[in-house]
Amino acid sequence: MRTTTFLRGGLAVLCLSSGLMTAASADTAPQPGGTIDVAIQPEPPGLMLGLIQNAPTQRVAGNIYESLLRYDTDLEPMPQLAESWEISDDGRVYTFHLHHGVKWHDGEPFTAADVVFSADVFLRETNPRTRAILEHVASIEAPDDDTVVFTLEQPFAPFIQAFEVGTMPMVPKHIYAGTDFRTNPANNHPIGTGPFEFTRWDRGSVIELDKNPDYYEPGKPYLDRILWHVIPDAASRAAAYENGTLEVLPPGSVENFDIPRLSGLDNSCITEKGNEYFNPFAMLWLNDREGPTADPRFRQAVMYAMDRDFAKDVLWNGLGKVASGPFSTNLAAHDESIEGYPHDPDKARALLAEMGYDGTPVRLLPLPYGETWTRWSEAVRQNLESVGIKVETESTDVAGWNQKLAQWDYDIAFTYLFQYGDPALGISRTYISSNIAKGSPWNNVEGYRNPEVDKLFAEAAVENDPAKRQAMYDRIQAILYADVPVAWLMELGFPTLYRCNVHDLITTGIGLSDGFKNAWIER
Amino acid sequence: MSFFRRFVQNRGALVGLVILALVVLLALLAPLLYPESPWRMVQRPFLAPGELPGFPLGTDTMGRDVAAELAHGAWVSLLVGFVSTLVALAIGVPLGALAGYFGGRTDDVLMRITEFFQTIPNFALAIVLVAIMEPSIGSIVLAIAVVSWPPVARLVRGEFLSLKHREYVEAARLVGQGHRDLILKQILPNTLSPVIVLASLMVATAILLESSLSFLGLGDPDTMSWGYMIGAARTVMRQAWWLSVIPGVAILLTVLALNLVGEGLDDALNPQLARQR
Repeated sequence: MRTTTFLRGGLAVLCLSSGLMTAASADTAPQPGGTIDVAIQPEPPGLMLGLIQNAPTQRVAGNIYESLLRYDTDLEPMPQLAESWEISDDGRVYTFHLHHGVKWHDGEPFTAADVVFSADVFLRETNPRTRAILEHVASIEAPDDDTVVFTLEQPFAPFIQAFEVGTMPMVPKHIYAGTDFRTNPANNHPIGTGPFEFTRWDRGSVIELDKNPDYYEPGKPYLDRILWHVIPDAASRAAAYENGTLEVLPPGSVENFDIPRLSGLDNSCITEKGNEYFNPFAMLWLNDREGPTADPRFRQAVMYAMDRDFAKDVLWNGLGKVASGPFSTNLAAHDESIEGYPHDPDKARALLAEMGYDGTPVRLLPLPYGETWTRWSEAVRQNLESVGIKVETESTDVAGWNQKLAQWDYDIAFTYLFQYGDPALGISRTYISSNIAKGSPWNNVEGYRNPEVDKLFAEAAVENDPAKRQAMYDRIQAILYADVPVAWLMELGFPTLYRCNVHDLITTGIGLSDGFKNAWIER
Repeated sequence: MSFFRRFVQNRGALVGLVILALVVLLALLAPLLYPESPWRMVQRPFLAPGELPGFPLGTDTMGRDVAAELAHGAWVSLLVGFVSTLVALAIGVPLGALAGYFGGRTDDVLMRITEFFQTIPNFALAIVLVAIMEPSIGSIVLAIAVVSWPPVARLVRGEFLSLKHREYVEAARLVGQGHRDLILKQILPNTLSPVIVLASLMVATAILLESSLSFLGLGDPDTMSWGYMIGAARTVMRQAWWLSVIPGVAILLTVLALNLVGEGLDDALNPQLARQR
């Protein structure tokens, strides 16, 4: 395709800079000290991570709070507050051995009682997604101060992925026990165990975090201070990065089309790493209940009609990956043998002719999240129209978009969802029929019903034998691939831009949301 | 001196008419010059004007032919401009005529309604109407018409007030003509010249309003228009200034042409005024 020539420059910069970065961090020892200036967009509603799960909240509070584990970019667990852990052979008992000598920011010791309180009391009440995971848990016990035992009702393999800081942040029992969690004054001055402590928050301007001098990992963190700057306008954030006010632009801070220019600046690096745990995945809801989209052949035609490489190259500046099927390629359960629907307008036309498509117009609902998404809907509409599908775009605001999807009042609609690290955490919710209910734009909105898929998802979630589980997920992927309940667009690339002398900024699959523990600035 | 002779005496009006004719021609020829959809992505994005033969105005952020967009956009701009003005006239002229002719309570009621619409800022009301009705060509035309008719009603009412006691009207009444005949056959034809002048300026305003709505993302998402082109290009101003400038110049020229034509019409239709200048 011709568009690739246009992008080659940008990609070359990307490859070059990531090469430089690895070379530099391998050769030099971390230099302690310094302040790092980071954009935060939008301003978080609060920083108490156990209560608030917005992305900007976690981006800041991931430095203040910690969980038992972290995950590398392959989603393999790494020690954090838990030094080591064991899973019993039957997959039901998870035993965590906690790090010694960990202190809360107010000086109190962190113990197993805090873990039991956080998981069993606090998060069960405050975090719906964590609560759903904890449904699998029969009991949480602390046999001594350094050991916590989670006993499951039945084996649930993805459970080991639940100990990420946003999902299972550890909160201090001595502050929250017996209080009203939501009105506790400590929410305004969050207390965690993390490498940085909360210092001040000038609303609308800056959030300051300072180094935790008593941090339990020797020598860490390297930075003295993190300043999170609240700058409401995308162009101003880009300018602040250009003129050196900001050193890091987290994903979503600037418009996509600005990224090649900013990453081309001197001493500017870009990385797509750090999204592996969340796996943002863009797709089109197709209304499987009524209209042309109720016919699987029509839905397949949509897949063949779309030029998704174009969307990736032009709208996302080559970042991200065209989706091959329902599972993100970042997931271990992804079936490598799936090739993905190619861009094949002739095949789309043949399928439409076969089903006898009569030119009934379909409504297309774009995602009202800014320019990139609007342009994307224009490209998809053009793709569909060029194979003979009549499209009417409905433009709406975020509230209208939520409303239309929650009431199933759409034919084709853009969305993106987090897939997390396991199909049971982030994918099954889109396809199982028990998740069909009006009122939410995040459940099985398309209305797909397939008893075999329901059964396979339910069994795979609690199957402890990896080979058997993978066989079930392979089968699910094959069925979904043929049925096309929704149209899979792209695994989104959410790039982070940063000054190249900032090293080890992103070291896990959770990315910037996992804290700046390892980051250091080379001078 | 004939109407046309008087019109062409105004050089500006002639220039305006020529530009307008060119824009109309472009709009009419668009389906022939660019039979394919202007939304088609045909080349690599961000081609500068003249960089590749066949793309005299370059391509936009998604590799769509700017020349094709401009031609198809001309059609939409003119369509919205003229149709919404016609609708506004269809609302404003009867209301103004009734208010001016009958006076008294009728006048009071109709003028209070008119004032109600006049007190709300035009553009804000248009945005609200389009947002409520969901953006489409129909809703945009309607919204522009709804915010544009009050001046027409005011103007027609004023003309009626001054004309209704003229001798020829009294004479017609004496020979037994009814209200309908008096309004339609005697007074209305004599109010038309200022209304025509006003209408030509309203077309220009309507084109601007449509462009502003599209710029804000409230245009018909399935229709290419000049305002949409600027709105979509605004965010890439630093990479590709021409994407904003080309449709901007098109709007500027069209609106300028309409204003010049309106002035020429004014001169031609009010010869006494013109001679005084």
